[in-house]
Amino acid sequence: MQFKELVTEKLKNQFSDSIVEVTDFRDDLSVLIKKEKIVEVAKFLKDDGDLQFAMCKDITAIDWATRKKRFTIVYQIFSLRNNFNLRIKANLDEEPWQIESVTSVWPGANWYERETYDMYGVIFSNHPDLRRMYMPEGFQYHPLRKDFPVLGIPGSLPLPKVIK
Amino acid sequence: MEQRPNVYTDDKLYKRLLADKDITIDDALENEMVINMGPQHPATHGVLRLVLRLDGETVLSVVPELGYLHRGYEKMAEDMSYIEYIPHTDRLDYTATLCNNVAYVLAVEKLLGIEAPKRAQYIRMMAAELSRIAAHMVAIGTYAMDVGAVTMVMWTFREREKIQEIFDKLAGARFTTSYTRIGGVGADADSEVLKMVKDFLDQFHSSLDEMDKLLLGNRIFIERLEGIGVISKEDAVALGLTGPNLRSAGVEYDIRRAKPYLFYNEIDFKIPTYAEGDCLARYFIRGDEVRESVKILYQVLDKMPQGEVMANNPKHVLPHKTEIYSKMEELIHDFMIINYGINPPVGDVYFSAENPKGELGFYIVSNGTGQPWKMKIRSPSFCNLQALSKICKGAMISDVIAIIGSLDPVMGEADK
Amino acid sequence: MGLEAKLNKDGFVTTTLDAIIAWARKSSVWPMPMGISCCAIEMISAADPKYDLARFGSEVMRFTPRQCDLMIVAGTVTYKMAQVVRRIYDQMPEPKWVIAMGACTSSGGMYRSYNVVQGIDQFLPVDVYTAGCPPRPENLINAVMTIQQKISKTKARDFQDIPLLNLETAKN
Repeated sequence: MQFKELVTEKLKNQFSDSIVEVTDFRDDLSVLIKKEKIVEVAKFLKDDGDLQFAMCKDITAIDWATRKKRFTIVYQIFSLRNNFNLRIKANLDEEPWQIESVTSVWPGANWYERETYDMYGVIFSNHPDLRRMYMPEGFQYHPLRKDFPVLGIPGSLPLPKVIK
Repeated sequence: MEQRPNVYTDDKLYKRLLADKDITIDDALENEMVINMGPQHPATHGVLRLVLRLDGETVLSVVPELGYLHRGYEKMAEDMSYIEYIPHTDRLDYTATLCNNVAYVLAVEKLLGIEAPKRAQYIRMMAAELSRIAAHMVAIGTYAMDVGAVTMVMWTFREREKIQEIFDKLAGARFTTSYTRIGGVGADADSEVLKMVKDFLDQFHSSLDEMDKLLLGNRIFIERLEGIGVISKEDAVALGLTGPNLRSAGVEYDIRRAKPYLFYNEIDFKIPTYAEGDCLARYFIRGDEVRESVKILYQVLDKMPQGEVMANNPKHVLPHKTEIYSKMEELIHDFMIINYGINPPVGDVYFSAENPKGELGFYIVSNGTGQPWKMKIRSPSFCNLQALSKICKGAMISDVIAIIGSLDPVMGEADK
Repeated sequence: MGLEAKLNKDGFVTTTLDAIIAWARKSSVWPMPMGISCCAIEMISAADPKYDLARFGSEVMRFTPRQCDLMIVAGTVTYKMAQVVRRIYDQMPEPKWVIAMGACTSSGGMYRSYNVVQGIDQFLPVDVYTAGCPPRPENLINAVMTIQQKISKTKARDFQDIPLLNLETAKN
């Protein structure tokens, strides 16, 4: 329990006006921050001697569909030294859906951000290689958005040509 | 028989070949070569595709391309209830089906705030460890086959087959088991199954040693792996490697120990680590892990308690089939759970379990209805593959095969 | 030993050319293991010591399409992968057969989603569909035996008009 309070306190001291909300559900600490500060917060969390969140385990987005702030970007980070999982969230409030990339802090974030871009169409600025991860180049949609049907859009993906 | 067109005699074809401007042959020796490997290649473990830039035989850079097995798991999860999704988790890392089942139901149980009975948890532990052995048997077998020891895959599959026979008895299916349920397991492990596990373990040690003897007495095998594909401790952490690949680089991180789930805190086992971080270390660590799993399984069999295998929680846990047809209450609950779902509270959880390939995490966002609003699968193979381009840089092209085998990706979960 | 024991002098057999060609062809079907997902593991299991596909002359899994005459499509075919599967099929020399192994390849199976082809028969001529998700090795062996039966009924001249390899299609 003690480490949880330490993380919250340190973050609140350092970024008093950027921390929007701190929640603790089922023993998972998650911190909602303003999206402009994401790289600074990430750098701080990684480099601080007590915290040392050296590993980025996952990055994804949540599409809220009807909310005005449509997308939330979610970072799962991990401190090997303290054996602690922390979740950072940032809301995107307006189009174009864009957020700073954290690849400069965690090199492992590269593919997760590509995946999120592919699935949600969120643009990560300053990403070294922002291409689609799974879907073929030339595909126009972003499948995990809530307005994309599960069965896909007919004709959006071609079948191979059959030559007789 | 019809005359086939011949490239050298058919004028039209020959002219077309000459007109091809993509091929330049000014100075063949100076040019770097770009070659494509996969997605259909025996050594890419499924449908991984690599584009390699070569200078002679040295790899200058590697670009992996994924998505040939992207089945839309996360999208489908948003469209089905929590219980319906269990069979889908089988097919994530399809070499270790039961590990995925266990990790998924534990994630949902964390979201619901319920716990399975002790016996069910022990059975899950037994199933997960057996599954781990089965997965490592595939990993070691195909790895050895990739570097040239084809006999090995026959030997490891012989052992794997015995485990699948146990699954057949335990879960009713040998491969895609879908055995766990939210709040318990599908069926109790009867004494026959436990005896089968015991018999399997008793003979397994000697065949494991036999496999080691076959490979480690072979100079070719050692020389193709030793010192190849080294990744440092810092790089491994920064790139987010987990599981055996991380531990072979010297980081002692195993979720079974770091954040014990099930009853791993009651079990005595070691976490094997190696400092080298090369391909040979990644072979050794899998062998060692299998030996640890055997130790865990003996203890699980010893400590297996008696009791129920499904939690008593009618709002979240499916009643037994025989009760549905004879009791009114159970019929109503069954109807509600199947039609409206288990309705967890609003919130989001992240749960991760130690799978044979690394950390399998489920991030579930619930909005209080029967279907998850969002389900993100943090698949270990995906993250491990990310290290590929770093490890392969500067290696020989034949090493690339060994490195892929040693990272042991399963495309089912890497592509999702 | 069987027939040899009865032989006192040099023996001979009379048969039709069709029968002997079909017999030879069916007993050495070389599969192209198009292992894509889960079914690939069961396909290896079918070749392992317990199930031993070698009993039917089909254990020679060749990973180059030029040496194969039976394509076992084992696993979910996505739209991206479909292009690859079709190209590999085009590169196989005639005559050739296709087994759709498992529910995914036969009909899309449990994956009703945007990226999964709902049945490979949309772009490949399939000879045998195999049920199961994944099919047990016995079921795959049964599929291979069904292919063998199909081959045994062929006549040599059935294939005389087909070029061994159509360069136009193989190039694409």
